[in-house]
Amino acid sequence: MARPDNWLSMGRWLRLAALFGAAAVLAVPSFEAAAGADLPKLERGKGERCVEDTATMRRHHMDFLKHQRDDTLRRGIRTTKHSLKGCVECHASEKTGSVASTKDDFCMACHTYAAVKVDCWACHATKPPAKPAQAALPAGPAASPMMSAPSAGAAK
Amino acid sequence: MSESKQEHLTGSEQPESAGRRAFLGTSAAVAGASLVPGVILYSAAQGRAPGEPASSAVRWGMLIDTAKCGDGCSDCVTACHDENGVAHKTGPQDPQWIRKVDIRNLQTGARHSLPMLCQHCEHPPCVDVCPTGASMKRADGIVLVDRHICIGCRYCMMACPYKARSLVHEPLTDQNPEVPRGMGCVESCTFCVQRVDRNETPACVEACNAQGHNAMLFGNLNDPESEIARTVKTYATTEVRADLNLNTGVRYQGI
Amino acid sequence: MNIAFREIEGRSAGFWLFFAALGLLALIGVSSALYMEHHGHIVTGMDNQIVWGMPHVFAVFLIVAASGALNVASIGTVFGKTPYKPLNRLSGLLAIALLAGGLMVLVLDLGRADRLIVAMTYYNFKSIFAWNVILYNGFFAIVIAYLWTMMDRAGGAWYQAVGLFAFVWRLVLTTGTGAIFGFLVAREAYDAALYAPMFIVFSFNYGLAVFLLVLMGFYKWTDRPLGDMVVLRLKNLLGVFIAASFYFVFVYHITNLYFTKHHGLEAFILTSGGIHTALFWVGQMLLGYALPLAILYSNLGNSRAWIALASALAIVGGLAQMYVTIIGGQAWPIELFPGYAVSSSFYDGVVHSYSPSGVEILLGIGGVAVALLLTTFAVKVLRFLPERLDDETVAALHGAK
Repeated sequence: MARPDNWLSMGRWLRLAALFGAAAVLAVPSFEAAAGADLPKLERGKGERCVEDTATMRRHHMDFLKHQRDDTLRRGIRTTKHSLKGCVECHASEKTGSVASTKDDFCMACHTYAAVKVDCWACHATKPPAKPAQAALPAGPAASPMMSAPSAGAAK
Repeated sequence: MSESKQEHLTGSEQPESAGRRAFLGTSAAVAGASLVPGVILYSAAQGRAPGEPASSAVRWGMLIDTAKCGDGCSDCVTACHDENGVAHKTGPQDPQWIRKVDIRNLQTGARHSLPMLCQHCEHPPCVDVCPTGASMKRADGIVLVDRHICIGCRYCMMACPYKARSLVHEPLTDQNPEVPRGMGCVESCTFCVQRVDRNETPACVEACNAQGHNAMLFGNLNDPESEIARTVKTYATTEVRADLNLNTGVRYQGI
Repeated sequence: MNIAFREIEGRSAGFWLFFAALGLLALIGVSSALYMEHHGHIVTGMDNQIVWGMPHVFAVFLIVAASGALNVASIGTVFGKTPYKPLNRLSGLLAIALLAGGLMVLVLDLGRADRLIVAMTYYNFKSIFAWNVILYNGFFAIVIAYLWTMMDRAGGAWYQAVGLFAFVWRLVLTTGTGAIFGFLVAREAYDAALYAPMFIVFSFNYGLAVFLLVLMGFYKWTDRPLGDMVVLRLKNLLGVFIAASFYFVFVYHITNLYFTKHHGLEAFILTSGGIHTALFWVGQMLLGYALPLAILYSNLGNSRAWIALASALAIVGGLAQMYVTIIGGQAWPIELFPGYAVSSSFYDGVVHSYSPSGVEILLGIGGVAVALLLTTFAVKVLRFLPERLDDETVAALHGAK
C-alpha cells in the first residue's frame, strides 16, 4: 500500500528537482552567489571588456556565434564583433595559448563545469593566428585586442 | 588591380554605397586596361566592406591557360595546401584541394598539364545532392561546404564530375584559424574565400604569378571590364565536361 | 474462417542462443561504428576514390530488401490474393526490421554520425537523399499503421486504404533508393533512369528471398505447420522476380554496350575488373540468378531445403549485385577529359582499388543482426505468426474470403 504512494512522491520530487534545476540554470546572474567555490575560474581576456556585457555573453554567446557563423560562411559577412576568431584572440590562455586545449582554458572551464559539449574545436583553431600577416586582418573596434593588453605575451 | 587594394584599406571603414560601387567600376576599367598580366597582384573586385554580404553582381571565376602552365610545376598545389592547412600528402585517404593533372590526347598524342580544382559551377551537382544544404553556393558563385551542418554522407563526392571533393579521414589539429576544417566533413577548394573577401587573389594564382607562369587568371566574370571577362570574350576557352552544362566558374584555355 | 495468430514461445535454449548470438553481432557492429567514429574513416578501406564502401553495400541491400519484404502484404491487401493474407503481419514486420537495420548501418557510417539530428532537421529538397530521409521515416510510420490495421480490430476499417497507401509509398521509396544512383550525372556506371525500376525489381527479389527464409526458419523451429500452398506460391514468385532482375541487368548492360562511350566501363565490369568481374559473373549471375532459377523451376523446387538454398543464393547474389553496383561503379574512374589519357596525384584515370576493413564488414553484419533481432523479438512478444499455415487452413481462406 505504501509503495504506490512512495512512487508518487518520488515522481513529484523528481519533477520538483527538475524544475529547480531548470530555474538554477536560467538564473545565471545569481548563480555565482548560489553555487559554491567549485565554480570555474576563468582567465581574464585581453582588453577592457568583452563585445557585450558579461551577463549577455553568458546567456547568449552561442546565439551570437551561430548567427555570425551563418552570416560569415553563407553570406560572406566578415564583421568581427561576434566572430569565434575574435573570442579566441582575446580569451586564449596565457599559459596554453589556447581557449580549449586544457580543462582550465576559457571555453572548456565553463563547458566542463556545465557539462555542455562544444563542437567548435573539431574544425576551428583554438589558438589565435601565429602568422603576423593573418593577425593584421581587419578587426572590428569592439573585438580589437589592441587596447591595453595586460601582458607582454600578447603576441600580435 | 592595384587600386582595389588601396580601395579596400579605406573601404573597410566606409559604408558601402551605390556611388562608390560605380566609381570602382570605372576605376577598375581604367586600371585593368593599363596593366599587363605579369604585374597583376590583386584582381579586380568590388571593394566589399566586412559588413557587406557577397553579392550576385560578382561571379568569381578563374581562367587557366594550359599553354602557360608549367609541366612538372606544382607551385599552385603547394601554395593552396599551405594557405589552407592541408597536409602535403597524396595517399588515397588524404584530401587534395587542387591537383596537377597530366593529359594526353589518345589520337594526336598532344600533352597538356593543368591544375584541377573545384570548378565552382553555376549549377553544382554537389549542391543539388546534399541532403542538408551544407553544400552551398555563395551569391558570388563560390561553392562551399558548410561544415556546421555537413554530416559526412559523401553524396557530393559521388556527384562531383571533377572529383574535386575530399573527406577528412582523420582528426586534425592546428588548423589555420581562417580555414576551419575537421574530421568527418567533406571539403574542397574555396577559391581561398578568406583571401577573396579581403580582395586578394587565391593562393594558387598568387603562386603561379610569383613563378612567372601567369597561367591562372582570377577575377569577376560579371564585370565586363575585368581582364578575365575580356579574355574569355576574346579567346576560345572551354569548360571541363562542358557536355554537362554546369557553367563552371573555372575555364581552361589551350585544351 | 479466421486465422489464429500466436506469439512464438521462445523459451528454448536454442532460441536464447540464437537471440544472444544476434545481440552479440549487433553489439560488435555498433562497437565497430564507434571505433570508426573515434578514429575517423582512416581506419576503413574507404578513401577519396571509393567514398561509399562495405557499409553501403549492406545498408542499401537491407533498405531495398525492406521495401520488397512488404510486397507479400501488398499482394494480399492490394491485389486481393487471400492465401497471402495470413502472411501480411510478418511481411510488415520484416519491412520495418530490415529498414531499421539498413538505416542503422547507413547512419553509423556517416562522417559525422553524431549529427543525425542535423540530417533530420535540415532539408535540401532538391536532394534525393533528403527525400529518402522523408521516405524512410514515412515508411516506418505507414507500415506501423498498416500493422495496426491488421492487428487491431479498431484499425480494421482502414486496412485496405492504408495497405494501398503503403504499397504506393514503398514503390516511391525504392524509386528514391534507385534514384540515389540514377541521379548521379558524374559517374558512368550510374546516371540512368533505369536504376529506379531496376531497384524496384531487385527489391521484389531480395525482399521475398529474405521473407521466405525467415518464414520457413520460424515455422521449422517452432514446429508449426507450413503447407506447400504457401511455400510453393512464394517460391514460384521468387523465380519470377529473379528472372525479372536478370532482365533489368541485361537491359542495363546491353544499353551500355551499344554506346561506344561506355565500352571501357563495360569491359571493366564484364571482363577485366578482377573482383568486380568475378562478383558479377559468379556472385550475381551464377549464384544469384542461374542457380536459384534452376532450383526453383526444377523438381528440386518442391523441397524445402532446396527452396531455402535458392533463397539464400538470391540474397548472396543481391549482396554481390550491390557490391558491383556500388563499389564497381566507383572503382571505374571518372572521365574528366573524354578522349584523353589522364594521370595525377589524386588517382585520376586509374581504376581504384578497395579492400574493406574488418570494421566496415562487422558494421554491415551488425545491421543484418539488428534486423533479425528486431524480428525475433517482435514475433516473441506480439502475434505476428499464424499458428497454422497448413494447406487446409490456407485453402479455407479462399471460401471465407
